[in-house]
Amino acid sequence: MNPPTDGRRQSPSWYESAARDRARLLLDAGTFAEFLGPEAREMSPHLGIFDLPRQFDDGIVVGHGKLAGTPVFVAAQEGRFMGGAFGEVHGAKLVGLLRAARDVATMPVLILFDTGGVRLQEANVGELAIGEVMRAVIEARRAGAKVIGLVGGRAGCYGGGGLIAGTCSALAVSEHGRIAVSGPEVIETNRGVEEFDSKDRSLVWRTMGGKHRRLLGGAELFVDDTIDAFRAAAIALIERAPAFDLAMLKAEQARLAERLKRFGKCADGLDVWKQAGVDDPAKVPGMPADEFIALARRIGEGRHDAR
Amino acid sequence: METLSYRHTAARRAAGARPMAIVGVVASGNLEVLVERVLPGSDCQVEISTPVIGFAKVWEAVITDFVERRSPGGLRLSINDGGARADTVSLRLAQAVRLIEEDGR
Repeated sequence: MNPPTDGRRQSPSWYESAARDRARLLLDAGTFAEFLGPEAREMSPHLGIFDLPRQFDDGIVVGHGKLAGTPVFVAAQEGRFMGGAFGEVHGAKLVGLLRAARDVATMPVLILFDTGGVRLQEANVGELAIGEVMRAVIEARRAGAKVIGLVGGRAGCYGGGGLIAGTCSALAVSEHGRIAVSGPEVIETNRGVEEFDSKDRSLVWRTMGGKHRRLLGGAELFVDDTIDAFRAAAIALIERAPAFDLAMLKAEQARLAERLKRFGKCADGLDVWKQAGVDDPAKVPGMPADEFIALARRIGEGRHDAR
Repeated sequence: METLSYRHTAARRAAGARPMAIVGVVASGNLEVLVERVLPGSDCQVEISTPVIGFAKVWEAVITDFVERRSPGGLRLSINDGGARADTVSLRLAQAVRLIEEDGR
């Protein structure tokens, strides 16, 4: 992150901020209002069985407010509480918000992902929650609401969170953001260290990290790790996210087929970046955000009506 | 889980008008404190839910010290503990009162 040079206040780090602060500071000042706040004490009915402490909001903040004057719904996961994982109540709060968006039809939804996936102690209801959220995202989009995912938190966006991200209208990701389904440790446990060494942080980031996702086309925008940068990205993505219709789905299918053709033989993120047109892929991981954003914009992906 | 509850009478009512505030997060070595302005006069109540059993005396000492220092009259403080040390608990309690005494909502 560059130090401020023009005397303006420095926007807080997205990564370092708590979920409720991200939601509040992302929106226009004083407009955020929470549904089912912590005082409602809508907590997990399952964690007590395992003698585990609960959190008053079950690790997710849902509410509404205004973004550049436009009314929006917002959900923010708290990655520090149980890795931001989905339990029954956590999932139900997000489903409720998305169903409200479906019924209103005109208000965009911002999902501030910060999750390791499903909370293992609530395995079945957690998995069901992921399915319900994915259905609710699609229903909201079909009704006309744009659903924008913002990824840059401590826990990344893994497991069922990665699946939900795939159903969104558009995604913005920062350097810290990681988007995948199986996390590094999961792959190593199931397939062996030869397949994936989870201790190799460089490998993790060039396989799942924000820069890789942007160059591969999995995320529309790459942003610096500040709340202001995510705010600007959210405004831009609401503006340009495509409608949900047959033409978009066909374009999306064509884009994915093209991606497989271009990158299918690549063995490593570095090969993908080379193939995508980056002259010196080894420089990408150390590149400052502004330089990388310029590079990504130059390379881009063909303009499709796809996400 | 162990649940503990302490009632005190503070020296005076907490300042400000915000109805509630929340600080912290339930994570290892951390805790969340939900503070609500719901009690009459200078009554103060602290309710604790902790997975670490057998530290009631330490909690009592920390809460007593907190009530003397911050005078949180009229407030109910509810704690979900993630195994925080006594100094972290003191810090979060002070932050919670500071936040609910701030202007605005």
